Formats: sequence, structure tokens, C-alpha cells
Amino acid sequence: MLKTKEMYLIEDLLTSKNAVSLRDGFGKGLLEVGQENHNVWVVTADVQESTRVNWFAEKFPQRFVQIGIAEQNMAGVAAGIALCGKIAFMSAFAAFSPGRNWDQIRVSICYTNANVKIHASHNGISVGQDGATHQALEDIAMLRALPNMIIIVPCDVEEARKAVKAITNRFGPAYIRTSREKVITFTTEKTPFEIGKANVYREGKDAAIFACGLEVYESLKAAEQLSKEGIECAVIDCHTIKPIDHDCILEWAKKTKLLISVEEHQIYGGLGGAIAEVLSEEQTGAILKRHGIHDTFCESGDAKDLMRKYKLDANGIVEFVKEALKSIP
Amino acid sequence: MHKKITNIKQLKLIANTIRQDVIRMLLEAKSGHSAGSIGLADIFSALYFNVLYHDPKNPSWPDRDRLLLSNGHVAPVLYAAMANADYFPKEELMTLRKLGSRLQGHPHPGSLPGIENSGGPLGQGLSQAVGMAIVAKAERKRWRVYCAMSDGEHDEGQTWEAIMLANKYKLNNLTAIIDRNSIQMDGMTEDILPLEPFAEKYRAFGWRVIEVDGHNIAKFIEACEEAKAVYERPTVIIAHTIPGKGIPYMEYLSEWHGKTPSKEQADEAITLLEEERKRIEEE
Repeated sequence: MLKTKEMYLIEDLLTSKNAVSLRDGFGKGLLEVGQENHNVWVVTADVQESTRVNWFAEKFPQRFVQIGIAEQNMAGVAAGIALCGKIAFMSAFAAFSPGRNWDQIRVSICYTNANVKIHASHNGISVGQDGATHQALEDIAMLRALPNMIIIVPCDVEEARKAVKAITNRFGPAYIRTSREKVITFTTEKTPFEIGKANVYREGKDAAIFACGLEVYESLKAAEQLSKEGIECAVIDCHTIKPIDHDCILEWAKKTKLLISVEEHQIYGGLGGAIAEVLSEEQTGAILKRHGIHDTFCESGDAKDLMRKYKLDANGIVEFVKEALKSIP
Repeated sequence: MHKKITNIKQLKLIANTIRQDVIRMLLEAKSGHSAGSIGLADIFSALYFNVLYHDPKNPSWPDRDRLLLSNGHVAPVLYAAMANADYFPKEELMTLRKLGSRLQGHPHPGSLPGIENSGGPLGQGLSQAVGMAIVAKAERKRWRVYCAMSDGEHDEGQTWEAIMLANKYKLNNLTAIIDRNSIQMDGMTEDILPLEPFAEKYRAFGWRVIEVDGHNIAKFIEACEEAKAVYERPTVIIAHTIPGKGIPYMEYLSEWHGKTPSKEQADEAITLLEEERKRIEEE
């Protein structure tokens, strides 16, 4: 059962055509926090338009630093800015940041506990045509191991905007992951957003789907299709991967026998990995089936075609859930 | 604010004390980097007792000059200089690298007040310094940013990324200080990965370059002052030093980069440094 009223979701959730790129939500949120807080600085590595930080840059050029194509330096400069008491956002493509500056993030940012917010756009296979080199599918795993780091993967443009505000108001390193592909805006200003607290958008007794990013909407559509066949799935927007919502996972592990994770990331070390860690330490009786990219590099193609091929669209999730249910006695 | 010492003889004596402290710390810790730390004693005496505007009793004073250490492995000289400047009790120097110590193997701001940055993986410090200098310049702050670096860490590409950005933002409030001791872990810098023509490289990247004898405290202070009068560019002071300077068995030898003295070697070093101290006093 969809919790449209309780979670303040849009009424025409399944038929809406209002699709916007998550990066727009990031850009909008950044502009808002930039206006409210004069300590907000932004740095980027030659991708200001693609990451939407150009909106901030146009308004606040004095608090914007164009680094050039130098992601390692970008992380260090962001740390230096933060160590002056500022809130430094650094924004680039995930394949390169954290892809090629993990050491700088580890030492200059996390070890120092510098107030740096890392934004990565162009995540996952939905980057599409650029191909495997640009499809970051390992970034969450890379960052999840770092102390002091929090990780947020918003599900739509509105949640991305709220996430920017939330991480701005919380001291310390944070990672926010957005994609280029457009996704239906189905949450509203009133939909709750709290770091570390997953949002349950749909109730169901047969399985609980924990999703993040673009996969939340796809999972909601999948749940509707499954419902028509008599399979009732809960859908949970697990926007915070670190700290993971321990209580919510255990609650659903008691309510259903099957948990499913769905993410646009390798099945190792991301959302699925985080849930597996929680489940393995408790006696719940539930099992977890992880869905995402199954230990492979992907390829060029239209985003929608790729989502279909790798079964990360609604139909693919339906298939995955049905298969997973076979393993339940 | 810390009172500046202008008497060179006094600064030389402090450098001598720092060297002795470093030897005792490394003997006690049984691990750490000797040659670079000893070679930098004169520069750190000059920095903490003359060049920097800082307040050991108020380490987070907002208007202080920032000294970042990029090659964090020379932490012993930093800690010894700070203890002598009264940031913390000198007894604490003997806790270096031990469990529960504020003196981590490589510096950590969260552990010890007065530490500005974490540097361990080489090549990260200048980027952090550039970030700070950009903020200070944009906000018209009067404090300066100093970044102490090694020559070896210029092997790291990140260092050159930061050098380019400092030029772009014309960071005249930034002074990089390079310990040009020509050694690195596996041998001489010019054998491992040649840096020369080093000064020319910096000039080509838009920096003002000043080369000094890193053991001539007066000249080093003069170079720091000169950097303040450069308005359009960042300045790099390439300080030529002798690794292990003052302890003959250690001087010039890359094998002393990452090892510590035995009890006998430490005793010999202290004896030699005491003789040196008498010579300075008689000057």
C-alpha cells in the first residue's frame, strides 16, 4: 500500500511525467545554502555546468574556485578552505572524484574531519553513452570505509535539495551522489528527510525493497506491478547509506522474510553490503538478495536501454523479486 | 602573541636544542625520520621564534599565520619546535609515536592544538595551503600561509597541480618552503626522479623563487621577509640543507632518511651537539 498521504508523495506518482535530473536538485539546494550561509564555498574540477555548480558560481563568484582538471588538488584545496572555518562543497564526476582522489579524501578531509561536502554527479550506468570509464559503480564502497564520512544518495530532485541543506547543517565530511538521468519528482517539500532515517513509501508483507537513488522510483513502479500479481512489497527509500538505518532494516527483517536491495552500484560494498552487515549480526530469520551491478563493467548505450539490460528498471526489478521469492521456503 | 627573537645567536642555540630534542625523541620512539628532521632544525627555529605570527597560548587565534607541514614524516622537528615555543610541556616530546600520545607519527590537528593539517601521504600539503590562502586573500586577511615541503614530494603530480593553482590566484600571501636536501627514501633525488632544473621549473610556473642556505638563519629570515614584499605571485624558498646537519655520521646520507639512532649513536650525537653549542655561545 502506497503511503502517499503520510509521506506527502505526489498523487499521480505512477503517471507523472515531471522528470528532472537529480543534479538540478543539488544545484538548487546549493544556491539556497549559498544564499543563507556566507561561509559556503564551492570548488569544481572543470565540470561546473555538468554538476550545476555554475548556478552558485554565477551568483557568488567570490566564493567559487575553478580548480581545473585536477581532482586530487581539488580535494586538498577544499580541505584548506574548510580548515579556515568554511563549508566547502567540491563537485565533480564520481568516476574521478572520489575515483582518483580517495587518498586526499581520506587524509586531507576525513582524518582532519574537515567540513567538506563531496558532490558527485554522473553516477552509475545511467550516465549511458560515455561507457564504462565514466560509469562510477564503486564510489559508495570506496567511501563507506572512511571514518567520519556520511553518504547520501537522494531519490529525486526534491530530496537532493533537502539533502544538500541537511549536510550543510551537519558538521563534517559528507558525500552526496546524484545522477545525470532525469527521474520523476515524486516527493514534495513536506516529505520528511532526516540523515540516517530511511523513508518507507510503501508497505507490503511479502518482501521489503530497500533502494536508493533512481532505483527508488523504479522500485515503486515494480511494487505496483507485483501487487497486481498478488505480491505485496514494501519500498524503502534508503537515502542514507552511512550511517545506515539499522532499526529500519531490522524492523522489516522481522515483518518480512525477504529483503531486497536495489542500487545503481556494484552489489559489493554499497547499500546491499551495508544491509548485509546489519543482518549478519542479528537473528532475524530474513534473508537478503542484493540487486545492482553484479561484479562487471558495463558498456555504452542509451541510459534506458542500459537500465533494461542490467535489469535495473521496474520490469527488471519485478523479475528479480520474483526470482528472489523462490528462495523463500 | 609570541615574542619574536631577532638575535641570530639565540636562534642558533634554539636550533641546537631542537636537534638534541629530536635525537632524544627518536631514540625513545625507536622509529621515525632522522635526517630530514635534524636538517630542518635551523629553519624551524627561525619559523617558530621569528617568522611566524602566532600565539602558543592561543593556538586557534584567528589571525595567526598558518604553517602547514606537507611532508609529515619530519614531525619530530615540528613537535620539538612547538614544545620549545611552549605549545605543550617538553616532557611530552618523549611520548612521540606511543599509544595515547598527542604526538602522532604524522601530525594530526585533532590530536594536538597548534597543528594546522595532516600530512603523511606526500604531495597533499600545498593543496591545503592553497585553499587557505585563497580564502585569506578573498577575505583580505593579513595572515600568511606557509607550507613546509620536501623536495622528494615533487615527484607527486598533485604538488604541481597546486603550484599551478597558486599561480592562477596570484597567492602573494603564500610562501612555500622546500627542504632541498636532495635525498629521498631510495637514494638521491636526482637519481630517483630528477627535479633539476628545480628553480627554473617554479619560475616557469609563475612563482617567485628565492634560493637560500637552509642553515643560514639570517638569510632564511630575510627570504621570508622578501616574500612578503612580492605582490603578484606566490613565493617559494628553496632552502638547500644538509640532511642530518650537525651530526657528521648522519650528514648527506639517504640511509638516515627513515631510521633512528642507536643508544651509542644518540650519545655521540648529543656530545657533538653540546660541543657545537659551546662554539655558538663563544661566537
